[in-house]
Amino acid sequence: MATYEKILLKNMEQPGYTGSLADYEGTGGYRALRTVLRDMQPDQVIEVVKKSGLRGRGGAGFPTGVKWGFIPKNHPGPKYLCCNADESEPGTFKDRQLMERDPHQMLEGMAITCFAIGAQTAYIYIRGEFRLGAKILEQAIQEAYAAGYLGVNILGSGLTINIYVHLGAGAYICGEETALLESLEGKRGMPRFKPPFPATHGLYQNPTVVNNVETMANIPHIINRGGEWYASIGSPPKSCGTRVFCLSGHVKRPGNYETPMGITFRELIYDLGGGMRSDKPLKAFIPGGASAPFLTPDHLDVKMDFESVALAGSMLGSGGVTVMEEGTNMVWAALRLMEFFYHESCGKCTPCREGTSWLVQTLQRIWNKRGRPEDVGVLDELCGNIPGRTVCAFGDAAVSPIVSTLLHWRGEYEALIREAQETMPRNKEIPVFTS
Amino acid sequence: MLLDRFKNEVEAILSRYPVKRSALLPLLNLAQREEGFVSESAMKEIAKVLDLTPAQVFETVTFYTMFHLKPIGKFHLQVCKSLMCALVGSDEVVVWIQKKLGIAPGQTTADNLFTLSVVECLGSCGTGPMMQVNDDYYEQLSEEKVGRVLDDLKRDGTCSLKTGPFMYPQPLAK
Repeated sequence: MATYEKILLKNMEQPGYTGSLADYEGTGGYRALRTVLRDMQPDQVIEVVKKSGLRGRGGAGFPTGVKWGFIPKNHPGPKYLCCNADESEPGTFKDRQLMERDPHQMLEGMAITCFAIGAQTAYIYIRGEFRLGAKILEQAIQEAYAAGYLGVNILGSGLTINIYVHLGAGAYICGEETALLESLEGKRGMPRFKPPFPATHGLYQNPTVVNNVETMANIPHIINRGGEWYASIGSPPKSCGTRVFCLSGHVKRPGNYETPMGITFRELIYDLGGGMRSDKPLKAFIPGGASAPFLTPDHLDVKMDFESVALAGSMLGSGGVTVMEEGTNMVWAALRLMEFFYHESCGKCTPCREGTSWLVQTLQRIWNKRGRPEDVGVLDELCGNIPGRTVCAFGDAAVSPIVSTLLHWRGEYEALIREAQETMPRNKEIPVFTS
Repeated sequence: MLLDRFKNEVEAILSRYPVKRSALLPLLNLAQREEGFVSESAMKEIAKVLDLTPAQVFETVTFYTMFHLKPIGKFHLQVCKSLMCALVGSDEVVVWIQKKLGIAPGQTTADNLFTLSVVECLGSCGTGPMMQVNDDYYEQLSEEKVGRVLDDLKRDGTCSLKTGPFMYPQPLAK
C-alpha cells in the first residue's frame, strides 16, 4: 500500500500530541505567522496562496487566493473573515477532527488570512451541535491571546486581530456562505442573492471572506513551505494539495484519511478503508457528501480530484465518501437523503421548498409500495424543475440523489412500482393524503 | 430577570459584535442553557436588550431546530437518522431506546428525564450509529452501549462513554 505524507493530520497523529499551544509550537507552530508579519506584504501572501493552487475545501472548490484577491484594498470600513465550521454535509466529519485535535493550526491560518485581506475581526461559525469543538477552540483562542498571537499589536507588529467563536443552532443551510452571514447577523439563515458577493458586500455589508476550516488549516503549511511545494502535490495544475477524505458506510475501516488529491476511489475504499465490511460487493458510492450524485463500481478507478470526478458526472464536494454494499435499495437510499434535504430546505425559494416536499412524498409512496406507474415521470419532472431555479446551490444538490439513482438504478424504482400495482386491489382508488 | 443574573456573560457576548442583533443566537443559547428551553419571557428580555421586537426574535428562533419552545426532558437523546448512520444501523438504535425507555421519537419519559428525537446528520458519519445527548456525542453504538449510557445518565447524570476530542481512525501504534 502506498503511503502519503500527511500535512494537516501529521501533528495530531503523533503519540501524546494534545493540540495545546505548547505542543503546536513544538512542531513549528506559529512560525508562518511570524514570517508573514516580519517579511511579507499582504499582496505577497495572496500571491503565494494563488501560486499554491489551494481551492476551497468546503465543497465548491473556489481558488482561495483568488477569493482573497477580490477583497477591495481601499474599503473605508472594516473587513471580516468568517471561518465556516458549520460542517453539516452528510458524510463529512473532517473539520470536527481538525478543530478538536489541532485547533491552533486553523487559528494560525486564520490570523494569516486576516493579515492578507486586512481584517481585524474574524468569526468562527461553528455548528451548534459541536459544543466540544467550540469549547476546545475557545480555550485555544485564550492561549493564543495570552501568547500574543491574537489581540492588540500581535507579535509587536502593530496589527490587531480578534477571533471569536459563534455557535449556530442546527441549520444545514448556514453552511452556505451568504446564509452563514445572515445567521451571524442574528437572522434566519436564508441565502442572499448573488451578486453582490461577500467579497464586497458580506458581513454587515462589508467585504468578507468565508473560508472552510480545512482551507484555513492549510495556510500555515503553504507559507512555511511555499506555493510551489503545495502546487506540486496531488493532481496539478487544478487539484493541488492533500484532502482529508471522510470514509463512511459499509466499509471495514471508516474514518478520516488524508491523501494527495488524485488517488483513486479504489485506493481509498479498499487500501485505506480495508474494503467492504462484509462479503457483499460494492454497489454504489457517494463521492463528495450528500450533495454529490451517486457513482457505481464502474467509477472506482476515477481519480479523486475536482476535474476527474466532475467528468464522471459527480463532484468531489466536501470529500465525504459513503460506500453502499450490494443489497442496499437505492430508492431507500435516495429517500433517506431526500428526507434530509426536505428537512433542511430553508424555505426561501418555492421550487426548493415545495419541490423537496413533493419529492419526499413521491419517494415515500414508491418505497411503501403504493407507487403509481406515472411516479417515475413525476420524479423526472420535479428534478428538472428545481435546479437552477433557486437562490443558492441547495436546489441543485437536493435533486442529485434522485437524478443519479434514476440514472443508474431506474429498474429498482420500476420494480417497486410494479409490485405496488400487483399487490394493490384492482379498480379501487387508493386515497392519497398530503400534508 | 434571566439576563440580569448573567450580566458579565451578556456584556462579553455583546462586545464581540459591532451590530447588536448578531448577539441573538448566543443569547438564545444562553437562555436555553439556563432554562432548558427558550421561554416567551426570555425572548422578550432578549428583544429588549438587542433593540428588537419580540416578533423579530421569535421569527429567528423558529428557524433553528436546536431551540425548544417548550420544556423537554433533562437528557435530550438525539439519534442521527441520515443515510450514513442509517447504513450502519441507526434505525435499530431508535428501537433499542424505545424498548428500554418506552418512548417513541418526540416523546418524553414520565419522570421527565429523557426526550427522544431523531435528527439529521450530526457530523459523525464514520463512527455511526451515534446519538447526541445534550452537549455530548456517543458513537459506535451497540444495544449494550446504549443501555449503559442510559443507565449511567439516570444514575450519575453523566456517562464516561462520551466521545472526547475526535480522531478516527486512531493512528496505529508504531
